[in-house]
Amino acid sequence: MKLTLKVWRQKDQESPGHFETYQANDVSPDMSFLEMLDVVNEGIIDRGEDAIAFDSDCREGICGTCSVVINGMPHGGHRATTACQLHMRHFTDGQTIYIEPWRAKPFPVLKDLVVDRAAFERIVQAGGFVSVRTGGTPDANAIPIPKEDADRAMDAAACIGCGACVAACKNASAMLFVAAKASHLNTLPQGKVEKDRRVLGMVAAMDKEGFGNCTVTGSCEAVCPKEISLDFIRQLNGEYLIASLKGK
Amino acid sequence: MNIVQRFFQTSLGKKYVMALTGLALAVFVVGHLIGNLQVFLGREMINAYGHFLQSTPELIWPARLGLLACVALHVWSAVRLSAENRAARPIQYSEAYKPIAASYASRTMLMSGLIIAAFIVYHLLHFTVQTQAINLTGKDFHTLMDAKGRHDVFAMMVSGFSNPFVSGFYVLAMTLLCLHLSHGLGALFQSLGLRNKAWSPVIERLGRRAAWIIWLGYVSIPVSILCGFGKEVMK
Amino acid sequence: MKLDAKIPSGPVAQKWEKHKFNLKLVNPANKRKFEVIVVGTGLAGASAAATLAELGYVVKTFCFQDSPRRAHSIAAQGGINAAKNYQNDGDSVHRLFYDTIKGGDFRAREANVYRLAQVSVNIIDQCVAQGVPFAREYGGLLDNRSFGGAQVSRTFYARGQTGQQLLLGAYQALSRQIGLGTVTMFPRTEMLDLVLVDGHAKGIVVRDLVTGKISSHAADAVVLATGGYGNVFYLSTNAVGCNVTAAYRAYKKGAAFANPCYTQIHPTCIPVSGDHQSKLTLMSESLRNDGRVWVSKKKGDKRRSQEIPEAERDYFLERKYPSFGNLAPRDISSRAAKEACDDGRGVGPGGLGVYLDFADSIKRLSQEKIQERYGNLFEMYERITGENAYQQPMRIYPAVHYTMGGLWVDYNLMSTIPGLFVLGEANFSDHGANRLGASALMQGLADGYFILPYTIGDYFASNKPAKPSTSHPEFKSAEESVTGLTKRLLSTRGKRTVRSFHRELGQIMWDKCGMARSEASLKEALSRIPQLREEFYKNVNVTGEAGSLNQALEHAGRVADFLEFGELLCLDALTRNESCGGHFRVEHQTEDGEARRDDEKCSHVSAWEYQGSGRQPVLHKEPLSYEEVKMSQRSYK
Repeated sequence: MKLTLKVWRQKDQESPGHFETYQANDVSPDMSFLEMLDVVNEGIIDRGEDAIAFDSDCREGICGTCSVVINGMPHGGHRATTACQLHMRHFTDGQTIYIEPWRAKPFPVLKDLVVDRAAFERIVQAGGFVSVRTGGTPDANAIPIPKEDADRAMDAAACIGCGACVAACKNASAMLFVAAKASHLNTLPQGKVEKDRRVLGMVAAMDKEGFGNCTVTGSCEAVCPKEISLDFIRQLNGEYLIASLKGK
Repeated sequence: MNIVQRFFQTSLGKKYVMALTGLALAVFVVGHLIGNLQVFLGREMINAYGHFLQSTPELIWPARLGLLACVALHVWSAVRLSAENRAARPIQYSEAYKPIAASYASRTMLMSGLIIAAFIVYHLLHFTVQTQAINLTGKDFHTLMDAKGRHDVFAMMVSGFSNPFVSGFYVLAMTLLCLHLSHGLGALFQSLGLRNKAWSPVIERLGRRAAWIIWLGYVSIPVSILCGFGKEVMK
Repeated sequence: MKLDAKIPSGPVAQKWEKHKFNLKLVNPANKRKFEVIVVGTGLAGASAAATLAELGYVVKTFCFQDSPRRAHSIAAQGGINAAKNYQNDGDSVHRLFYDTIKGGDFRAREANVYRLAQVSVNIIDQCVAQGVPFAREYGGLLDNRSFGGAQVSRTFYARGQTGQQLLLGAYQALSRQIGLGTVTMFPRTEMLDLVLVDGHAKGIVVRDLVTGKISSHAADAVVLATGGYGNVFYLSTNAVGCNVTAAYRAYKKGAAFANPCYTQIHPTCIPVSGDHQSKLTLMSESLRNDGRVWVSKKKGDKRRSQEIPEAERDYFLERKYPSFGNLAPRDISSRAAKEACDDGRGVGPGGLGVYLDFADSIKRLSQEKIQERYGNLFEMYERITGENAYQQPMRIYPAVHYTMGGLWVDYNLMSTIPGLFVLGEANFSDHGANRLGASALMQGLADGYFILPYTIGDYFASNKPAKPSTSHPEFKSAEESVTGLTKRLLSTRGKRTVRSFHRELGQIMWDKCGMARSEASLKEALSRIPQLREEFYKNVNVTGEAGSLNQALEHAGRVADFLEFGELLCLDALTRNESCGGHFRVEHQTEDGEARRDDEKCSHVSAWEYQGSGRQPVLHKEPLSYEEVKMSQRSYK
């Protein structure tokens, strides 16, 4: 099939960007979206021009590197699917596709479709861990954990840190990411010990980065490739409130 | 950071302010509706209710001041949060952007809220301050008295709403209020951490239903009056 | 070059304890005087960096991804082995050790493998303490499953995302140290050379992938945890960014490269759909627990799967290996699938695939049960192929998955360059010629959490802090050579893209040095790769600039190294005159087509020493002797 692509091109962080139009011919329905971009890039390089920069790595939907907004929806808006796992059979011949980077102040564009997500790193560094050092830990079965809790923690821990939640949110809020990380650890007995410190630290870091606020629209949950539930935001809201009331 | 600062400076703190004041205002909206619906129980009932409120300043003034504070904080947090939200995305998406899953109500909270705020000002001038210039009836509501010498609330409502423009604005404002509530009632429980996976859908549904019941209640009054309810007092 | 594995004396079960005692320690107050560079932030790199920082060393970490959490360890699905014996089914350190040695076809070091089995139990404790949400039973205790043909249930797992969860555990520990300021993290930074000063590894030259700036970093020791080289085949289950550059450039600076020909092919991948394919997707091997592998008995059978009656189906794994059946080890299952396809009985487009059929299990257990077990995998399969595997069999085909070879290291995980340590998949140490399922995660974390932190101290205690300045001439000359290569790649302006060279190299490697290798095929590869390399430098087209984010340039540098490394791999395969584990030479097989080892002549590690451009590397052999286990021919019949 043939497609018209409107791709955001931006030289670097300082330069302004714009949409550039490319024709993609001979697109196979079995290609992934990123493989389609690979093929377009081959053509661009053959013409001696600079290829479209976009992030990707594992291409199997788990590393969280790929980050393109396709027709106004992060990862293309298909349920539980990252852009690297989105296949071209979901598009129709002759379609025009807009391809843009994640847009949020804390995610500056580095080039074309590549953004800097270091803000997420700083949030994790502010409390997204259990403060244990290597060695000296008790036997793994010393503390039984109800299966329901372990499962819930795993539901939250499935987050791949791609940032689609921020990209989809009309407010560019990072609450789903922060809530997933905090809830993963806060739900387990190992992580409960420093729960208050964790939520206060992570929310402070999130605020400092300049993300927007959660207005419970549910867009984040809908685009999340790992289907992280809004309920984790509720958990973070409650835990932060309690930690605040404790006056910590 | 002390606890007060945390409530007024952090993102989640402002959301708590928003949710708590929203909850208080929602409770008032329900109470006010119950009061208003007494109009259908007759002139005597609603005028007695109005007289009771007017003659109990120790009740009405704290309530008024509390409501004023709630409105002020609700608007303050909304303005602050919205400004932060706008700043968080300095470069907008192309026209292809789709707000997936986000309901119309959730996307228009600021707009519906601001129009409601404007309506509240009009509504207070209309029925509380009773500014003659804006009631479009040519009557001075202050002069309406019933047989027992009480302020004739019933007559004021009937003549107030008999103007289709006034009623129209009222219905529009109530529609926006209920749109606002249809999102806000469910969301406030989320913001305060007071729901879980099992209850969330129930709360969301009840919130939306409550919003439309409130809408029906409020709108029934001007509509009934336009349809002729209480027209005997107009003679 | 002399290969001294430094294996401690004494009974195998006591070697590590004894060695730990004999290792010299660094005084706590002195640790902050030593600086360590860790390249790569997967399980091995992140766990090592975090642990070294906790101990008090000054750590600098580098990764080419935008975050340490994105290293390819994240994609491991199945699980992690540990000799906990929580299931009371007869597991023990000794059994895990034995299984690993046997699974590796008796081509791994006994002492290393025993140590790996010993520390496996600590890994699970560590991960649970970090908040890794392993699967649990209703009683609250950890759940286990049997994996990859093991006869005990020793695999710990977190749904199908065990690698992700373990990596997040290590990443959290690393993030904590970054937050505390003890680790400086350099994401989007690629190591392009190793710098030696007076024969010791003292630093690296890197390229900032955003600004294109080339710079040097000096330290007292360098740790490489840069993963495997599966992408020399172009199509593999590795992430598209995985590369051999760091390890290969260390090899060019004098680190011996061991057993490059040991490459593991995973039997359950989604088949290739066309030329555009950029990578292959693995589906957990656990699928083979309930799926039956088959092809038609007839060659060139064009019927749809449902139209082929039971009697005309060849369940070839069950037929050939009745006791293991569909759970036969990876190399054996892969080769059997290749044979079926070579025989003209493959299924799907191009005939490169075999069926993995769940119909019987669905009948036996119900679709709900299958959905509960593998629902996410079936979804993934449908996403990629557009086919519903509940209604028709999956199509699978083997793909390169893991590389057992790597930089040679001694018992202390130090390479032949003093001060250069190599961890995880990047080293060659523990899996021999074939890796067992759920053992890669175990080895990465063992190296990073529990081995390197001890052994690196011994190196420091014997060598005073002597971090050179980055203005040392060695750094300057390394920077110049890196800049020179970049300039050369950008100025060629030929007619072919980097990807087309990579694809062609991969095709040569897969056809001539893939699942089955012969003297003739390897010689052909050895003549074609240098030609391709020559063409690459004459005809490659790399657009864009050196001084900015340029993914084509990044790829070009990696492919340049693959074009040299592929030759080394083929040379090693040619030199190893036997079949063992992931290395199958058609000349060395039994009458019924099974791999035949040559313990007499080939029971050694092949370590290659670089001799300069255009010259054949020198082969050094580290003999392998087995004191604890008796060598036997693997049999899964």
